Amino acid sequence: MTRSFLGWPAFPEAAEREVGNRQLRENVRRATHTIRGKRAVLAAERPDWEALRDAAAGIKDQVLANLESHLLQVEEKVTAAGGTVHWARDAAEANRIVTDLVRATGEREIVKVKSMLTEEIGLDAALEAAGINARETDLAATIVQLGDDLPSHVVVPALHRNRTEIRDIFVREMGRHGRPAPEGLTDEPAELAEAARLHLREKFLGAKVAVSGANFLVAETGTLVVVESEGNGRMCLTLADTLISVVGIEKTVPSWQDLEVFLQLLARNATGERMAPYTSTWTGLGPSKGADGDGPQTFHLVLVDNGRTRALADPTGRQALRCIRCGACMNICPVYERTGGHAYGSVYPGPIGAILNPLLKGLDDPQTASLPYASTLCGACNEVCPVRIRFTDVLLDLRAQVADGGKHPVERAALGAVGGVMEHQAAWKAAVKSIGLVGPLLLPRKIRLPGPLGGWTDSRTVPAIPRESFRTWWKRTEGDAK
Amino acid sequence: MTDARTEILRRIRAAAVPPAVAPPRHYLRHAPGLDETDRPTVLALFAERLTEYGATVLRADTAAAAVAQALDGARSVVAPVGLPDEWTADWSGEVLVDRPLLETARLDAADAVLTACTAAVAESGTLILDGGPGQGRRAATLLPDLHVCVVRASQVHSALPGALAVLDPGRPLTFISGPSATADIEMIRVKGVHGPRRLAVVLLP
Repeated sequence: MTRSFLGWPAFPEAAEREVGNRQLRENVRRATHTIRGKRAVLAAERPDWEALRDAAAGIKDQVLANLESHLLQVEEKVTAAGGTVHWARDAAEANRIVTDLVRATGEREIVKVKSMLTEEIGLDAALEAAGINARETDLAATIVQLGDDLPSHVVVPALHRNRTEIRDIFVREMGRHGRPAPEGLTDEPAELAEAARLHLREKFLGAKVAVSGANFLVAETGTLVVVESEGNGRMCLTLADTLISVVGIEKTVPSWQDLEVFLQLLARNATGERMAPYTSTWTGLGPSKGADGDGPQTFHLVLVDNGRTRALADPTGRQALRCIRCGACMNICPVYERTGGHAYGSVYPGPIGAILNPLLKGLDDPQTASLPYASTLCGACNEVCPVRIRFTDVLLDLRAQVADGGKHPVERAALGAVGGVMEHQAAWKAAVKSIGLVGPLLLPRKIRLPGPLGGWTDSRTVPAIPRESFRTWWKRTEGDAK
Repeated sequence: MTDARTEILRRIRAAAVPPAVAPPRHYLRHAPGLDETDRPTVLALFAERLTEYGATVLRADTAAAAVAQALDGARSVVAPVGLPDEWTADWSGEVLVDRPLLETARLDAADAVLTACTAAVAESGTLILDGGPGQGRRAATLLPDLHVCVVRASQVHSALPGALAVLDPGRPLTFISGPSATADIEMIRVKGVHGPRRLAVVLLP
C-alpha cells in the first residue's frame, strides 16, 4: 500500500519526533550542506545572477497576471500538434482522468518520471486502487517507493536515507517488483546506481504507458519541458506509446525565449550544475504527429488546479506560485536541516512547503495551519530563491491569517493586553519598572510558562530579568557604562 | 454542473491578479568573461566544460579518423538516417542504419550511436539534438551506452540564449550536458544511470 501524509501530526509534534532521529539529522545535514556549497559556487560564477533572478521573478509575475490566456494558448497549440488537453479542478478529478486514460490502454504496469504534482495528488495510490502498478524511475523516487517511504525533498526525495539504508532497501525489495538486486551488492553509490539501472531497464523497454510532470509549459508554442539527470525521463518520454503529462496550471512561461532564463537558473540553484544532464522538450506529437517512430503515438496533457487558483487569489501569497521547485530554500533552511522533510507532512517541505501548503489547502486543518510557524524568519530562503519569493512576507501574512481565524486565542489575548498597556506610556513605564523590582524575586531561574506558552520555554532559557529597566539605567547614567 | 475547464478559468478571473510590468532582461546573452566573437576562446570553453563532465573531446579537421578513435572498443554503432557516410569510413565495426526503424531491443544491444547535432552551448558543455538529418530519433541516442556526437564549430554558441534562438520548438529537442548522472545517494555524483554512460564529442572546424 502506497503511504501518504494523510492524518499527519502538526509540525511541532512531527518535528519533535524527527529531531530525535540522530541518523536522519546526520543524513539531512550532510546532504544539505553539500548542495549548498555547490550551489554557492555556481551562482557566484554568473556576474548577472541577480539580473537572472529579476527576470525570472518578473516573467513568473507575467504568468500569474495572464494565466487564463496562457492556458488557452497551451490548449490550442497542444491540440494542434496532435495532443489532447484535459482539465482537472482537484486531485480526485486529476487522478480519475489519468486512471481512465491508463485503463483505456489495457496496461497494468506503467512507468513514471518523478513529478511533484503526481506526489501531491497521490496518483500512485489512486492507480494502485484501480489495479494499476505505477513504477517510479528516478533513482531517489525508486528508493522511496521500494522502501515504502515518503519523499522528504523536492529534488532529492530520498535525501534522508544514507547508502547503507539504500542498499538494504534494494536487496530486500527489488526482487519483489522485478529484477532482483545483484548478488553481493555493496553500499558503493556507483554499484547502487548500477543496480537501479538494471532493475529499471526491463521496465522501460516493456512500458507502453508513461506518466510525467513538466518543469515548464511554454504558452506561445505549447511546448513541455522536463529537466532531469539520469535519463529515466528520456526513457519514459521516448519509449512509451502513450504519454500522459500531469502539469500544474502555474507551470506556464509565456514564450520560448523565457526558457533562457529558467534553464540557466534551475540546475545551478537546484543541484549546483550549469545545466542538468538532460533537458527534453516536446510539443504535442511533433511535426510528424507521431508517425516517424520518434516518441509516443498518443499524448495527453492534464492541466491541474488543485488549490492553485486559491493561492492565486491571495495577494501576498500568490508569489509562491512562481516556484520552480529547485529546493534551494530547503537546502539553506536551519529548520529543515534539523527536522528533515517529513516533519512538514507534505510532499512540499521546507520554506516553500510552509507557505505553499496553507495557500493551496487553506488554514482550516491544524496541520496546515501549523506550517507558517515552522520557520525562524531568518530569511535565508529569500536570498537563495531564484524567483525572488519573499518567504518571510508570506509567512508573516499567513500567521496573521491564522491568528485572525481565532487559531491562537491565548496569544491573541496576551498580545491584546500588552497592546493596551503599551498604548499608555505611564502604564508601560510602571509595568517595566515593577517587573524589574519584583520579577527577580518572584520568578525562578528556570521558568516554564503555563499552558500553550510552555512550547516556548520547553526548548529555550528565559534570560534573567534585570533589576533596572533600560530606560531607568539610561536616565541614571546617560549611557556611560563606566 | 460546469465543466472543469470553465470552472478553472472562472476561478482564475475571480482571483483578479493585477497586470504585471514587463520583466527586466538585464542578464548576459553570452557566456560571462569572454568575447562572443573570439571563436577560439568559445571553442576552448566548450571543450573544457565537456571534459569536466567526463566526456571525451576530440578536435579534428575531418570526422572519419576521430570518429573511429571515439568508437574504439565498440563492435556496433547505430547510424541515424542522414548521417554522412564518410564519418564511418575509417571504422571497421558494424554500422546499423536506422531504416527501417531498428527494434528497441536492437538499439539496446548496440554498443554505440553516432550522431550530428543541431546546436551546442559552450558555457554549459551542452549538445542539442532536434531529430533532424543525422541526429536520429530520441530512442537511438538513449539506449546505446556510448554516444559519439559530431559538432561543427559554427554550431557552438557561447551561452544558452544564442542556441535557443536558433531552435525550432515544434521539434522534439534533447539537450545533453554530459553523460547521464545522479547524485541521489548522499549527494555523491555517479556517472551513468539510464542514458549513455559515455559521451564523446568530435569537434570539427
